[in-house]
Amino acid sequence: MSMELDVFVGNTTIMDMEVYQLWLDGLTVSDAVKVRMDEGALLECEANAEVLTSDTMDQFRTFQMCERLLHSPTKLGSQLLYQIPAQNQRILIERYYEFDSVFAREVLGKKLSKGTKKDLDDISCKTGITLKSCRRQFDNFKRVFKVVEELKGPLVENIQRHFLLSDTLARDYAAIVFFANSRFETGKRKLQYLSFQDFAFCAGQLISYWTVGAVDSMMEDMDVDLEKEFLHELKDLKVLVNDKDMMDQHKILVCAALRGKIKVYKLMEVNFKNLSRALINLASKLTHTKDVRDLFIDLVEKFIEPCRYDRWTVAEITLFLTHYTNAAHCLGTFRYQMIWDRYMGVIKSCILQMYHE
Amino acid sequence: MPGKLKAKIVAGRHLPVMDRASDLTDAFVEVKFGNTTFKTDVYPKSLNPQWNSEWFKFEVDDEDLQDEPLQITVLDHDTYSANDAIGKVYIDIDPLLSCEAATVISGWLPIYDTIHGIRGEINVVVKVDLFNDLNRFRQSSCGVKFFCTTSIPRCYRAALVHGFVEELVVNEDPEYQWIDRIRTPRASNEARQRLISLMSGELQRKIGLKVLEMGGNAVVGYLQCFDLEGESGLVVRAIGTACTLDKLIPGTESKEPVFSEDPPHPLSVPPTPLRTLPSSSSPPPFSPSKPCSRQSSSSDTDLSLTPKMGMGSGISVGKEAGPLKTLLRQQAQSALEQREFPFFTLTCFPPGFLVHIGGVVSARSVKLLDRIHNPDEPETRDAWWEEIRQEIKSHAKALGCHAVVGYSESTTICEEVCILSASGTAAMLNPRFMREGSVCVYSRFDDASPPSCGFCHIPYDEFNMPFPAQLTYCYHCRRQKVPDVLFTTIDLPAEAAVTGKGCLIQARLCRTKKKAQGEVNATAISNLLPFMEYELHTQLMNKLKLRCMNALFGLRIQISVGENMLLGLASATGVYLSALPAPGGIQITGKTPSDLSYDQHISTMQKRINDTIAMNKELYNIHPLECIEEVVGSPIPDRQRSRLFRSTSESSDELSELDLSHGKKDAFVLEIDDTDAVEDIQSLLTDAPMPAGFYSCNTEVMPGIYNWTSGLQMFTSVRVYRLSNANLTNQGLNKIFTDLCENLLKSLYFKLRSMIPCCLCHLNFTVAVPEEELIQVRRHTPKHTSPILYIFPKNILVRSGENEEQLQFSMELCGESTSSNNQPTAKPSVSSSERCSPLPEVRSRSLRSTRSLPCGAPVTVVKMTPLSFLPRTRIVKYLGIINMFFIRETTSLREEGGVSGFLHSFIAEVFAMVRAHVAALGGNAVVSYSMKECVFMENPNKNQAQCLINVSGDAVIFVRESDQEAIPPLIMSGQPSTTGADGTT
Repeated sequence: MSMELDVFVGNTTIMDMEVYQLWLDGLTVSDAVKVRMDEGALLECEANAEVLTSDTMDQFRTFQMCERLLHSPTKLGSQLLYQIPAQNQRILIERYYEFDSVFAREVLGKKLSKGTKKDLDDISCKTGITLKSCRRQFDNFKRVFKVVEELKGPLVENIQRHFLLSDTLARDYAAIVFFANSRFETGKRKLQYLSFQDFAFCAGQLISYWTVGAVDSMMEDMDVDLEKEFLHELKDLKVLVNDKDMMDQHKILVCAALRGKIKVYKLMEVNFKNLSRALINLASKLTHTKDVRDLFIDLVEKFIEPCRYDRWTVAEITLFLTHYTNAAHCLGTFRYQMIWDRYMGVIKSCILQMYHE
Repeated sequence: MPGKLKAKIVAGRHLPVMDRASDLTDAFVEVKFGNTTFKTDVYPKSLNPQWNSEWFKFEVDDEDLQDEPLQITVLDHDTYSANDAIGKVYIDIDPLLSCEAATVISGWLPIYDTIHGIRGEINVVVKVDLFNDLNRFRQSSCGVKFFCTTSIPRCYRAALVHGFVEELVVNEDPEYQWIDRIRTPRASNEARQRLISLMSGELQRKIGLKVLEMGGNAVVGYLQCFDLEGESGLVVRAIGTACTLDKLIPGTESKEPVFSEDPPHPLSVPPTPLRTLPSSSSPPPFSPSKPCSRQSSSSDTDLSLTPKMGMGSGISVGKEAGPLKTLLRQQAQSALEQREFPFFTLTCFPPGFLVHIGGVVSARSVKLLDRIHNPDEPETRDAWWEEIRQEIKSHAKALGCHAVVGYSESTTICEEVCILSASGTAAMLNPRFMREGSVCVYSRFDDASPPSCGFCHIPYDEFNMPFPAQLTYCYHCRRQKVPDVLFTTIDLPAEAAVTGKGCLIQARLCRTKKKAQGEVNATAISNLLPFMEYELHTQLMNKLKLRCMNALFGLRIQISVGENMLLGLASATGVYLSALPAPGGIQITGKTPSDLSYDQHISTMQKRINDTIAMNKELYNIHPLECIEEVVGSPIPDRQRSRLFRSTSESSDELSELDLSHGKKDAFVLEIDDTDAVEDIQSLLTDAPMPAGFYSCNTEVMPGIYNWTSGLQMFTSVRVYRLSNANLTNQGLNKIFTDLCENLLKSLYFKLRSMIPCCLCHLNFTVAVPEEELIQVRRHTPKHTSPILYIFPKNILVRSGENEEQLQFSMELCGESTSSNNQPTAKPSVSSSERCSPLPEVRSRSLRSTRSLPCGAPVTVVKMTPLSFLPRTRIVKYLGIINMFFIRETTSLREEGGVSGFLHSFIAEVFAMVRAHVAALGGNAVVSYSMKECVFMENPNKNQAQCLINVSGDAVIFVRESDQEAIPPLIMSGQPSTTGADGTT
């Protein structure tokens, strides 16, 4: 019995969160009904397929009507149209803004523009996520990006304030916004092994230590851009490779500290200059936007790949980077301690996150 | 100049973008009352303008204050072209006119446009300064309180119940005026909304005047309806019950001065022992000394409990009645006779108000509409209703009753044919409530019939019955006669003794009729009506028996007309009243017993029916006399005893009669000879049982369940089904209709499964058969004129959540008492004590009233319920009546998600506007909420749809009884010592 019209409206909007997930996943009503049947929804309350279809259509319609409000979550709390308990409001928003990390990985670092939106078909095919869901996730990224792009103050807090997201989700969004803004290269084949979570961690590090907001939270500037001054100062670190004495001394100090502690000691000793040069050159190049974008690919090509080739373990890399950083402090003539720490702290944690054995 | 209305426009928010170029809006506001208009400044380039205007003051007559709404229009300023309207807000200022209701309207109200729906919100403050007007020729009735609630509102006491008030006003429908051809749909809709707002204001004022004339100060059970008669005009009519209400002062209210004159209800304290009452030792004080019986008993009781149209009512009652009844009648008549119509729209009464119930009375009449020539003299419509009310009155008289309670009126219109219906429950009332001074005379009668069963006792003369019925002595008090079944339109009286739980019972019926015009059509319809009523009645009776119940409450029979069919839908709540005899089973017989397979067929059916009855007994927990009789012995002693009991005062002539009726008790025979009966049985058995954990009823409270939680959810559901073939048979139509209703219920159960255990209360179904021609503005090809079934229930769900345990506890308790005492009344006693659980709430009132409401949330949560109360809460103030009418139209139906999307958002918008207006009045709930009208029209070919919705209810402030304070009643529920809480809560 097909209804011409079939609606159900409650004073308090009734929402089934399982159906909400199906809707978010971009299923059609008939597919959602199938899924629900498979999950045994028919066993409850002597329902039949008709009842289930009617319920699903109704719920989907409700979600569709709420979607407009979910685009600006702060409105959801003050709007009068739907009476939704605060608890449900939170779940609605959080789930709406949740995304598949596989999808996010694909879009990461890309310009959130119409052009990318056209590629969503391919991403949908590749990831197996429905196109509808891809569009929602992409639009969410774009919406968050547009709102916080021009805002002053800490990125994560801005996202939380405007989109009422949980702390973890807001951090993920901060990473997405940060990547989209700086357009880091993430798509190269050599970077394919890295997950969204790897990049999100790195983004967190960059935001926390390399942006303007990192130095002074009172600064009027934004969290999205790396601090120009700092990047400029990084050029000074070149002294570590350009000054041959300093470089040798640095090597001696590191070797002394690591002798007998790592298995790859020999290889390290041989490669020290290459590795050190790679890290320092990376630092000195970061004034160019192009090189900032290539930060991750450079890290992989110049540092991670050689180490992996030599079968370093994570523990060994940790030890090496720790002593490599600390040894610089013992160099009498090295004056750029502050910048060195700020640089190496981030690089170290990024490498450790990105180094998959 | 007796009133000054002040309005202030504070701010707007979430406004729509009106200027595409800047994505902003230059908004300003026009405030209009009557013919005066004020404007705010333009607040440029903002979607959240802050006007902070001065106070706009209107100096007006209080007559206008009552009639006119305050009109607020939000516009977008445009330098070069005309200003665009964003939307409007109509504010009914009536609640501000009574000193006991709201004092200010302040808050965010949705800006509504009939084409675009809600477009942002506006924050306004409205106040009224009233000057006293002592002019006795005044036309206004400021200060008369209106309540939709059909019982005495919770924080008031009825000093006097004056009686029936009615009024109607008519006008031309703007939609059908010539000007409608040239103006925009928006202008037309707004004209209509405004007109209806004006008309309901006027109507309310006129009713108020009548109330003042009668000496009352309030209208309770106010029921206002619109008849959209199309070409012939627009009728707004209302009925209500005029009362004098005294506000209860917190602290003293638990004393209930009026009711305290009643002796404490004997039943709510100890069980009035039914079995142990030695029948010989206490002869009934009023054993009738009447002439010998000449009654011819018949089993055909079902037909006549509801007097049909045109039923003869020439029997003069009361002449032969016993002395007591005569006394009662005289008193009541003297109290009621000044009144033209002794009708009461109330469905729930103060204890002691209702003395006896006769049965349902109803009247219908089919009329042909013609243009209302002179709107100021709506004589025809008045005369029509007058006619119907006279009929109702005479039906009530025939039942030996002097009053009609639970009275309501309705219409159904199909083109130029209009069916007017009125129904109510004939009853005898305690005149004490209707006349000052006559307080004490009545106590004798009160002693005679305990409140738990008194209302079941027949009011008519047993030897001169208006219809054949089987009478037995009341199973509760054994002193007075009761009928075997009782049908009523009222709620179950709180003091009634009930066995088991109640349930929703529905009868559904479709009948085809030939398409016709004018007089012929009207005749055809009126010929069909009695048959429909009869069949609905038979269905109800069968279903009642199948559930092993013996009384119906809240009976509502709706008959709607379509172009080529009539639809009947009767809903009621079935109950097993302990005072009434146990219903017999259903026996099926066939007339052609020669065929063996046919016999087998019958016997399998009989088995199925018996199984269903047994199952239902379990389901509804109905274990009345059967089990007890097992304990006491065989049913024969029972009969002997009653024979003994009766023979003290009556002749042996009656003995045989009694035996006859007892013998007939089980013989409810269904012959399945003709297709009709087969259909009946089919429909009996196709009713799907409710899933476990669900209960449903259409009355305010679910009989048999007394432990509500405060979690409740009101909802509206609308379904439209297009019949594929217009030439369907009766059976086919019936099946479709039944399936539609059943499916709807199933869907509801499924949707609400997360709230189990829960109860659907006040389930209110409405059906309509809108014809397409009206829907389509232009004439259309006949192919599209297939009728659609259109059904919308509006209901509420009350969850009984964590109290399930308590429920079980009480069951155990009652099980114990039955086994130890062998008293069948143990159960009612427990349930009544349970019902008393709100009493501690009463005690705590003074404590709680000082506590302020939590207001942390940005948007006030406003509860809506069709019930007159909120479980586990206390209503502290009535803020005034909410009566709103909205039209919504779209010319982009597909874009708005089709008809379902359109209607879904419209209903959500209506809810939102009701909530916002209640919140602005300072309230946090609407009680007695109902969606009176929901007319939906579409034209998918033109991508258009239009919908009209009328809602009403009472805005209230409630405070929640905190959990800590709710616990004591749970503990106390085992002690049957608390009494009299029913009237106070």
